[in-house]
Amino acid sequence: MNSGDTAWLLASTALVMLMTPGLAFFYGGMVRRKNLLSTIMMSIAILCMVSVLWVLYGYSVAFGPDVRGLFGNLSWFGLNGVGQEPSSVYATTVPHLAFSAFQAMFAIITVALWTGAVVERIKFGTLLAFAALWFTLVYCPIAHWVWGSGGWLAQLGALDFAGGTVVHVNAGISALALAWVLGPRRGFKEGETMEPNNIPFVVLGAGLLWFGWFGFNAGSALTSGGLAASAFMATNTAAAAAGFTWLALGWIHRRPSVIGAATGAVVGLVAITPGAGYVQPWAGIPIGVIASVISYYAMLWRARASRIDESLDVFACHGLGGTWGALATGIFATSAVNAAGSGLVDGNWKQVLIQLAAIATTMAYAFAVSWLLARALKATMGIRVRDEEESVGLDISQHGETAYGGI
Amino acid sequence: MKKIEAIIRPEKLDAIKDALAAKGVLGMTVTNVSGHGRQKGIVLQWRAGEYRVDFLPKVKLEIVVSSEELQPVIDVICQAAKTGREGDGMIFVMPVENAYRVRTSDAGEACVSAK
Repeated sequence: MNSGDTAWLLASTALVMLMTPGLAFFYGGMVRRKNLLSTIMMSIAILCMVSVLWVLYGYSVAFGPDVRGLFGNLSWFGLNGVGQEPSSVYATTVPHLAFSAFQAMFAIITVALWTGAVVERIKFGTLLAFAALWFTLVYCPIAHWVWGSGGWLAQLGALDFAGGTVVHVNAGISALALAWVLGPRRGFKEGETMEPNNIPFVVLGAGLLWFGWFGFNAGSALTSGGLAASAFMATNTAAAAAGFTWLALGWIHRRPSVIGAATGAVVGLVAITPGAGYVQPWAGIPIGVIASVISYYAMLWRARASRIDESLDVFACHGLGGTWGALATGIFATSAVNAAGSGLVDGNWKQVLIQLAAIATTMAYAFAVSWLLARALKATMGIRVRDEEESVGLDISQHGETAYGGI
Repeated sequence: MKKIEAIIRPEKLDAIKDALAAKGVLGMTVTNVSGHGRQKGIVLQWRAGEYRVDFLPKVKLEIVVSSEELQPVIDVICQAAKTGREGDGMIFVMPVENAYRVRTSDAGEACVSAK
């Protein structure tokens, strides 16, 4: 047991926890005023629900003793056997409970990420049901494939330091499937204005995400030494490079917007996630710049040409940012940073192919299961609020509250 | 008595208020409103690309004056609110039946007179 590692991992766990309320503000600021609370509620409810499911069975399915490389068995149900002593396979210098709590925060934010696709029209009950099923059947197995002891993508040699495939590709592609089944917001096809209600909230959320991401990425070193410092610096560099790139792209087209700079920073954080502890800190610059360019044009295309109402562009930010980040990990990973990974810069071109395989299987599995779950819930519980409930706004119709009371 | 409803540029409010005060007109009610006239809306920046907002932020000024003060007050507002570009606003005038001062229960034109 190492006290420095334990202290850093517990602090990192708290940092990652704060990302989910941060995400609530990031998304909340971007919707219309009548749906601000409902958008915030999605993240908060998921924070509560997934925390409990994680203790009951989630940790066991994701990290428990391996079953054919696909998922963990239920022998750690209720955290049975997960105690103050270190695990023999995960983060062996810290209490097993600290590692489990750290991973809980990853599960929570991943489930909350795709809510950006379905804001302003989904039934709250169905959202919770989908979240519970998706957590169980999509997140936990994929986390096991990549990070679980004996997981098949881990065996294949896929590199994912802090969740490029498990978190971002996974949430991004699932967002697309769910938005497809749910359909667009009323007035979306007619080009009705969907004005963000509070851009300072978006910046507040992006700031909390950026802050928390140091726990996400540097904490994923699972130790408090040099590797954590390297991942920390790579993370900040990518966020800054991507934020500035997005600001510049907006300026070239029209104006340098605040909402654009905040979005760009988040996209940079997404892209550096899988490589943070494998690449040199300078690699955060190309990784961040290219992530912003890809995401920016994908978003532009989505809004102008495709008319798909994946409302807050979870796929463009997380799906594509994560895909580029996972590929970039195969390119820039070097044994000079982390003995566990070397990519194209070390002459290991095969790593790029392994990364592609991990991205492709994650996308295929997550998309298929998300689509099926959404269709099943649509046929049983119903997935959309009624038209008048949508017109009035979900704050009042789903939660009986308004964001700004009084006159 | 007449009621003046003036829709003006928000950035002109201070200039109008000061010009009216110089004429002795102290009472007014001010509201933030949204709307558009001939200039339509404006284009704002979204995360990537832009979107159109049809209604622009404006300020609505409501002032009740005696009938003989009406024209001078309108002249003051027009002069202070004007930039010469589209979007300077509109002024509407309507008759007022009566006025009461709550504190004293006084009624009639004396309540709203600038004198």
